[in-house]
Amino acid sequence: MEEHKDTIGSKIGMWIFLLSEVILFGGLFVLYSAYRFKFRGDFHLAAMDLNRLLGTLNTVILLTSSLTMALSIASIRKGLRGSSVVYLAATILLGLLFLGIKYLEWSAKVGHGIYPNSPDLLGRSSAEVLFFGLYYAMTGLHGFHVLVGVALLSAMCFFVVKGKIKKTDFILLENSGLYWHLVDIIWIFLFPLFYLMA
Amino acid sequence: MEQKDDLQSATARTYVYVWIGLLLLTGITVSMAGMDLGQLGVWVALIIAGVKSGLVLLYFMHLKYERGFFFKLIMPGTILLLVLFIAMVFTDIAFR
Repeated sequence: MEEHKDTIGSKIGMWIFLLSEVILFGGLFVLYSAYRFKFRGDFHLAAMDLNRLLGTLNTVILLTSSLTMALSIASIRKGLRGSSVVYLAATILLGLLFLGIKYLEWSAKVGHGIYPNSPDLLGRSSAEVLFFGLYYAMTGLHGFHVLVGVALLSAMCFFVVKGKIKKTDFILLENSGLYWHLVDIIWIFLFPLFYLMA
Repeated sequence: MEQKDDLQSATARTYVYVWIGLLLLTGITVSMAGMDLGQLGVWVALIIAGVKSGLVLLYFMHLKYERGFFFKLIMPGTILLLVLFIAMVFTDIAFR
């Protein structure tokens, strides 16, 4: 019996999942906006402690990873398995690089005594505590999404190599790509709101 | 069943142009942050982020090439939902 696949249906399912992700992060963005509206000065002051260079670097890395992701799907649609794998591997490496930079950035923050409940942070105004709470929660949840994305794309890479994902059946790769691009969009908003507000 | 490739596919060249556009917009936001625009700066940053998201959605996520009612509704629907969400929260906190 021939396997039946509803590719439009699975793509719609993926989009509905992505919309639920938008609502998840949307709630956090509304929380950030509400507190920023209330404590503009403190948020401005706290944002000065963030590393703008690392934030910008991570933005460029994630945007580039979105390009390689799109190119990987374009390749498999032309039946070019080799280049699809190469682009996919590049996407995974860029995702790991993003996480590595995030690790350096968080370590530096912790090294300066800025982490939840640290004596340093508790000595500051409550609005600054809120800012860093939101910073760790939002970039942390986003970083977790990148980690999940890296694991997902690694599995997809295996499937492309094995020939399970091919020119005539690439919906798995396409849906994984949609997820990866959404994670990129979330960062597009996180970046200016945290790193460029000083 | 074979997956029909019915999308009018964007070419690699289009993707690279979109990527260059995204990098340019990032450069603009970062350099704008150096200027002291006050409250206006946040709005400019958010508008640029909105344009960047639009590029990713339309080209990388293929919404420009999708046919079908559901796909046409995604962007306006999500924007409407978020605007309502934010507007209701802010009418609450602003007039408390």
